[in-house]
Amino acid sequence: MAKSKPVAAEVTQDNSLYNKKPWLTRARPYLIIAPSLLITIGILVPFVSAIFYSLTNYSFRSPNWKFIGLDNWINALTSPEYWHAIWVTIQYAAATTISEMLLGLGIAILLSRETRFTKILRVVLIFPLMIAPVIATLIWQLMTNNSVGIIEKFLNLFNIYNFTWSSSPKTALFTAALIDFWVYAPFVIVLILAGIQSLPKSPFEASRIDGGSAWFTFKNLTLPMLKPFLYIALIFRLMAAMQEFAIIFALTKGGPGDTLMNLSVTAYNTGFAFMKFGKSLPYILTLWLIINIISKRLVANWQKVMKQASGNS
Amino acid sequence: MKRHWQKIITLTLAIAMILSLAACGGSTATTAAPAATTTAAAAGGGETSAAAAGFDWKQQDGSKLRVMFNQHPYAEAIIQKIPDFTALTGIEVEYSLTPEENYFDKVTTALNSKSGDPDIFMTGAYQVWEYAPAGYVEDLSTYINDAGKTSPDYDFADFYPGIVGSLQWDLVAGHKTGSGPQWALPLGFEMYSLAYNKSVFADLGLTPPKTMEELKALLPKLKEFNGPGSYALAIRGSRNWATIHPGYMTTFASYGAQDFVVEGNKLVSKVNSPESVAMTDEWVQMIKDGGAPSWSSYTWYQAGADLGAGKAAMLYDADCNGYFQNVEGASQEAGDIAWVPAPLPEGKSDIFSNMWTWAIAMNSSSKNKDAAWMFMQYFTSKEYTQWASVNAKVVDPARKSVFESADFQAVLDKAEGFAATFDAQIANTGIQFTPQPHFFETTTEWAATLQDIVGGKYKSTQEAMDALKKKMDEIVSDVEVG
Repeated sequence: MAKSKPVAAEVTQDNSLYNKKPWLTRARPYLIIAPSLLITIGILVPFVSAIFYSLTNYSFRSPNWKFIGLDNWINALTSPEYWHAIWVTIQYAAATTISEMLLGLGIAILLSRETRFTKILRVVLIFPLMIAPVIATLIWQLMTNNSVGIIEKFLNLFNIYNFTWSSSPKTALFTAALIDFWVYAPFVIVLILAGIQSLPKSPFEASRIDGGSAWFTFKNLTLPMLKPFLYIALIFRLMAAMQEFAIIFALTKGGPGDTLMNLSVTAYNTGFAFMKFGKSLPYILTLWLIINIISKRLVANWQKVMKQASGNS
Repeated sequence: MKRHWQKIITLTLAIAMILSLAACGGSTATTAAPAATTTAAAAGGGETSAAAAGFDWKQQDGSKLRVMFNQHPYAEAIIQKIPDFTALTGIEVEYSLTPEENYFDKVTTALNSKSGDPDIFMTGAYQVWEYAPAGYVEDLSTYINDAGKTSPDYDFADFYPGIVGSLQWDLVAGHKTGSGPQWALPLGFEMYSLAYNKSVFADLGLTPPKTMEELKALLPKLKEFNGPGSYALAIRGSRNWATIHPGYMTTFASYGAQDFVVEGNKLVSKVNSPESVAMTDEWVQMIKDGGAPSWSSYTWYQAGADLGAGKAAMLYDADCNGYFQNVEGASQEAGDIAWVPAPLPEGKSDIFSNMWTWAIAMNSSSKNKDAAWMFMQYFTSKEYTQWASVNAKVVDPARKSVFESADFQAVLDKAEGFAATFDAQIANTGIQFTPQPHFFETTTEWAATLQDIVGGKYKSTQEAMDALKKKMDEIVSDVEVG
């Protein structure tokens, strides 16, 4: 009890010292975290708002709204459109991500050889990435137009006329995935190419001296060492493909029928075209949930393969 | 003591108010108001002080307006004349021009914000069914009837009743347009008829169809009429409300079919009625037999462009869509396009064309309502409409005097059959949809169903229309009639 007084006095003395420091020194810790705090708030406010409004009947049609509990969620979960939208989202994401990853890897390996041609191609391949997806879709619509499209004219040489492209339920997903590939495959190629070029040379030289075949080298050296890069490409592409809106909307608005009505397009139509904002939010929040679960899993695996690739597993 | 002073102040204020009210009453009584001003005041015209002095184009001098336009020839015509409007009224105008694809999203968001920006916006009749019940648009009736605010030569009666009436509605879902407040004023409109390539028809010895039977018989004869890739009939097919409202709705109404009826206090969809199913069945068969191979992606632009490019022999769409292709230098087939009325269904004698009107409406949150009204009356006046019809591309003017003027008829002479088709159809042209606030959702579902039927998703048209009816009933289930 007797010892407590000097301690308290010491603390008071320390505080008084602290108070004498310039205000900038005192504010420094808060200033350092301020940007990240602002970003967190910037992310959280719309997210929390979305959850809140999903529990209301908020509509652009009327400034008055009320709290309706879980009605929007129950309506979504019990409607076939909701499950159809999830299925389309998965189909589209799988079709585009798998094709971009496989072909992107193949093209990146081909481009990793140092020739004059590959040097030019590496520059040209970046071009589609510089075009907004909506513009790319409009360009493709023109190229596949049955009257004047250059691709259509090319098919005419093989006696193929009036290919249905996006206008038939049978070919709409293929057409959308083709445009997606054209726009985003260069991203995958560039990322993998950067990975290939950063790999150490010595294991490949050792394999060549030991007479390892190209397949052996690819399977046992290139692929394991490239895995962290492949994972990064996969995470980015899968997340973006699941959210895809621009290509589908510009191409068919989700049609023909409901063929391409994924979660993003359904949410847009419900929220903006039909002005039922509250009703559209379960679609968007479901999309967030799916992407969150998948990306968390992929990020965890990425950390594992990073360790494996560096030989620390 | 404190209470005592409060009583004295209250009493003094009350006496002052009574005296000032009496003074106002005296002033009104002693002013000899013209009959027009009295009418305006009775109509609740609001700021009627200008009325006593008569109408003056300069009454809002110094005001500033913001206007939102959809990218359209009608908007371009207005933009050309804004300097003249500013010179006449002293009102400055700022405007934005947005492509149609995003235009209404932008308008809806702006109106919902209640900020008063824009003061005026371009709209159509169907949008009014969403905006008016929400309180986003101003009732224009009071302005039209106010002699102090409206030029004496405005001549509201000169508008075609069906066209201006399409922008009137009493806000009761299920009630037809044509009565109630005036929510917007028409810039121009479009009706739906059949445009055809007269050279192709002449070369093949064909005559343009008068009935749906004749139209169906023509389809195989016009298959690949201009080599591989060419086809008989261009119509819209995208997953959008705009697929339903032109040719489809015109034929639908001419068959005697209805989208909704009022039962009790509810709207009930009738899209699975025998007339509706028979009509839709024929329509789908027509698409399969003579439509564009990529029909389901066809919007206004593709349908019109194919007629102009000589790829389609006929176009069943807005009369002005073909008209724009027929203007010299506009397309390959310019000058070769002619018009006939929409084909009649079996056993019917009248065409009930649906219509679309591009109009301008006033934001109810605008802070410059009187200046906004100056703008609206100027750009829907006889003088402006006459100029826009003859010098710009306002093909279907909403004013009778303009349509019948010699100058405009001379313009139409270059389009064979256009004026005759207009005359044949105008009497029964009107909105064929039932007004209700979920219009865009129900018609988008309708277009998606049409795509599904053509794509073979359903075993029969009846099955598809039954499913559509169910969806439409669900969408309008919250609408109370009356």
